[in-house]
Amino acid sequence: MTLTTHLPALQVVVPMLTAPLVVLMRVPGLAWATAAVASFMAFIIAVSLTGAVLQGGSVIYLMGSWPAPYGIELRVTSFSALLLLIVTAASTLTLLAGKRSIDADVDPEQQPLFYAAWLLAVAGLAGIVVAGDAFNIFVFMEIASLASYVLIAAGPDRRALPSVFKYLVMGTIGATFYLIGVGLVYMMTGTLNLGDMEARIQEVGDLRSILVAAGFITVGLALKAAVFPLHAWLPSSYTYAPHMVTAFLAACSTKVALYVLLRFDFLVFQQNLPAHAVQFFIFLMPLAVLGVLVASGVAMFEKDLKRLLAYSSVAQVGYILLGASLGSVMGLTGGIVHIFNHALAKGALFLAVACLGARIAQLQLKGIHGVARHMPWTMAAFVVSGLSLIGVPGTAGFISKWYLVSAALQEGTVGLILVAVVLVSSLMAVVYIWRVIEAAYFGATPSSAKPAGEAPPALLVATWVAALANIYFGVDPSLPLTLSTQAATTLLEHLP
Amino acid sequence: MVILFAVFLLTLLALTAVAIVRTENLFVAVMLTGIFSLLMAANFFVLDAADVALTEAAVGAGISTVLFLGALALTAEHERSVVSGRWLSMGIVVVTTLILIYATFDKPRLGDPRAPVHQHVAPWYLDQTPELIGIPNVVTAVLGSFRGYDTLGEVFVVVTACIGVLFILGVRRGGYSPSPDGDRLTTAGSGLRHHLIPKVVGRLLIPFIVLFGLYVLFHGEYGPGGGFQAGAIIATGIILYALLDGEAQALKAVPRPVLMGMVVGGATLYGAVGVAGIALGGSFLDYSVLADDPVKGQQLGILIIEVGVGLAVCGSLLSIFHAFAARGRH
Amino acid sequence: MELFGLYNYWVFAIVLMTGFYAVIAKGNFIKRLIGLSIFQSAVFLLYITMGKVDGGTAPIIQEGVTDQVYSNPLPQVLILTAIVVGISTLALGLAIVVRIKESYGTIEEHEVQSLDRSS
Repeated sequence: MTLTTHLPALQVVVPMLTAPLVVLMRVPGLAWATAAVASFMAFIIAVSLTGAVLQGGSVIYLMGSWPAPYGIELRVTSFSALLLLIVTAASTLTLLAGKRSIDADVDPEQQPLFYAAWLLAVAGLAGIVVAGDAFNIFVFMEIASLASYVLIAAGPDRRALPSVFKYLVMGTIGATFYLIGVGLVYMMTGTLNLGDMEARIQEVGDLRSILVAAGFITVGLALKAAVFPLHAWLPSSYTYAPHMVTAFLAACSTKVALYVLLRFDFLVFQQNLPAHAVQFFIFLMPLAVLGVLVASGVAMFEKDLKRLLAYSSVAQVGYILLGASLGSVMGLTGGIVHIFNHALAKGALFLAVACLGARIAQLQLKGIHGVARHMPWTMAAFVVSGLSLIGVPGTAGFISKWYLVSAALQEGTVGLILVAVVLVSSLMAVVYIWRVIEAAYFGATPSSAKPAGEAPPALLVATWVAALANIYFGVDPSLPLTLSTQAATTLLEHLP
Repeated sequence: MVILFAVFLLTLLALTAVAIVRTENLFVAVMLTGIFSLLMAANFFVLDAADVALTEAAVGAGISTVLFLGALALTAEHERSVVSGRWLSMGIVVVTTLILIYATFDKPRLGDPRAPVHQHVAPWYLDQTPELIGIPNVVTAVLGSFRGYDTLGEVFVVVTACIGVLFILGVRRGGYSPSPDGDRLTTAGSGLRHHLIPKVVGRLLIPFIVLFGLYVLFHGEYGPGGGFQAGAIIATGIILYALLDGEAQALKAVPRPVLMGMVVGGATLYGAVGVAGIALGGSFLDYSVLADDPVKGQQLGILIIEVGVGLAVCGSLLSIFHAFAARGRH
Repeated sequence: MELFGLYNYWVFAIVLMTGFYAVIAKGNFIKRLIGLSIFQSAVFLLYITMGKVDGGTAPIIQEGVTDQVYSNPLPQVLILTAIVVGISTLALGLAIVVRIKESYGTIEEHEVQSLDRSS
């Protein structure tokens, strides 16, 4: 056995076991460097796992060498590889860029604890993604959630505290609903392994119990994923968290919950609810459409920069669900590739906001008037990533919208309405992104608040790396598209 | 007879839950929560879940009550009764309850040995544990080895909470000297110094509590118990000491850096056993490769990780307690 | 007699929703956390109930006894973990409430909201 066979375990273990060591460090700089190195190693592992999946299909790892379903199995598929890339890349990039920004938000003496919590969040998210066992997902979901609460509570504004309390309560309800659902499925099948569940649940004749279980699991995960109308925790949490935490979590945390939701719904419940496709169509599609329209609408009138982008995130979750609710390979591919592309666009936008935050205390629209003259590079990166969020051709965002629209067109009359929804909401995105650009480029600088020049170099470089990634994956989307198409095909293979 | 007893306990449990929600005095609510946990533990015992009963008693009735009281001392004792949308909430709750009860009618009856839940994985554990692990307590075998990765995750959940509480309540490490007059959380504690009976009786109990904790730790393979329960029980003993003699004395007995060392050491010990599995040619958390005889290796691995769990849990719970207590002085 | 076999599940449903009511209807942050822990405890009851076997005993294998029936060990293992998760969430939630009290001077949601609006 070479070390490469252990990669699925190491993906989780490396950041997780580094965290306690970081707690012991007394020098904040050392704690930061260790966390960044561990996060970078996790990224390297994710890249190698992606290579392995592209070459030879799913990678399976048996914890403690116990055979599944008796022991716990880890399973890395194309879908999980995509998510692992997002989580580890977002964490590494924000950590490398964010030392100055975090120094400004977090007391130096408390920083080792902060970086330990950060690594635990990475380990938790990665642990959810590689898990092949329903209860194991719950355990790592809790590690990720608790660590995220800590990171958000580090926000300098006191309003971070009630926001994170709301997140904690809603997140715990979501996790407990998920646990009830898993318990009900376990009652029917006698197993916790996802693959095994899929096989054994077919023998369950009784539809009522499956429906109740599916309901609990879907609602619980939808709470965690901030699916409209269960998104109430998200805007405030993202607004008052430290800038770097917002950039990291906005890129990956709701997506991981969506990943579990799609996996559970398609792999475990799909064959057993005869009209599953119809249920997805009837229940989730209206929510997705409403989420896209309402959240974009709120974003258009929002004055706070971070809150504006946070509402836009709620809308993007709607797009991902919309793709999934179409129930076709094309639609699901669009939804999954949007997980990747939205992470790129929103990560880059929040990084640009962090650049602004390094120089401007109040991130309101009226506070950034004329800022483009003093911070031209920051605002240029904002424009590039904003275009990707809107879905302009040549950017990553265009790819997902293209897939969503093409998939919708296959659906007849309903499809035409959906195309209209995508177009209208894209126009709404133009409006809210434009309001920021208008203020920054064409507003008159108030003489009192002149920002002291460009953002710190490390932060600016990272922002541009993320912004250019939006262009790169817009021109050559083969990697995310290959992974998404494979993921969508696997999920839909299970349709009866 | 047992059924009547179980029905009585369950009814009491539901009534206590309603009483907790109805009372507006938070102190009363917290005390009732302790009773609720004890009733829950009794129910678990009736349902043959000895390990879980022990844990629920130590954690639910012990640790969480202390944490609630600590938080109450720092916040407020009464809730101001503004209930928003009471009828809407009541409606949602009643409808969901009815749906849940409706969904139970086709569930397997309590204790039915033919239920699917007893068919697939569970019998395998009961059959294979004597052969593969060689210890009598199947719960410990599943917890420590078959699903050892979950338990590793569980330890890190506690460690995350400990890191989080220390971060949020801003407790600085090292060079820390608590004031000798005690603090708000343990005002009652320093008051207890002058109350002879609680003090003498409490002091008498502490050694037995700690001894019982150690017994639970090392006897977990044969009887109910294990690292988590032991850590929680020992932490309770030391918290009792803090309540009787003041937090300063407790910190003198087990200083903060030692607690941090227990948290980090315990979690790292568990992780190190996992990595040793890889290094010796097995997979992560594979204890079979730890000794020449796989069964001996399993037993060794479970013993080490139980010690790791106990250290991490005890250290974390005590650090969390001290963080709340220290906050009272500011 | 048959219905007694389902009584555990009914108590699970009632306790679960009692806790849930405190979480959604109460404005006091500590009361919400109390509700949240009742809500989580109810799930423990669900799992332990499904693990019970008639005439069984705790799953600790006795040497030399061959015809003993044992209750299902797996739900017990899962709930041990869930109890730990519950206390961890509670500790973190209480720490946040303490900080809210220090920065706002209250732990009632409507008072916090009106303070935020006026600032």
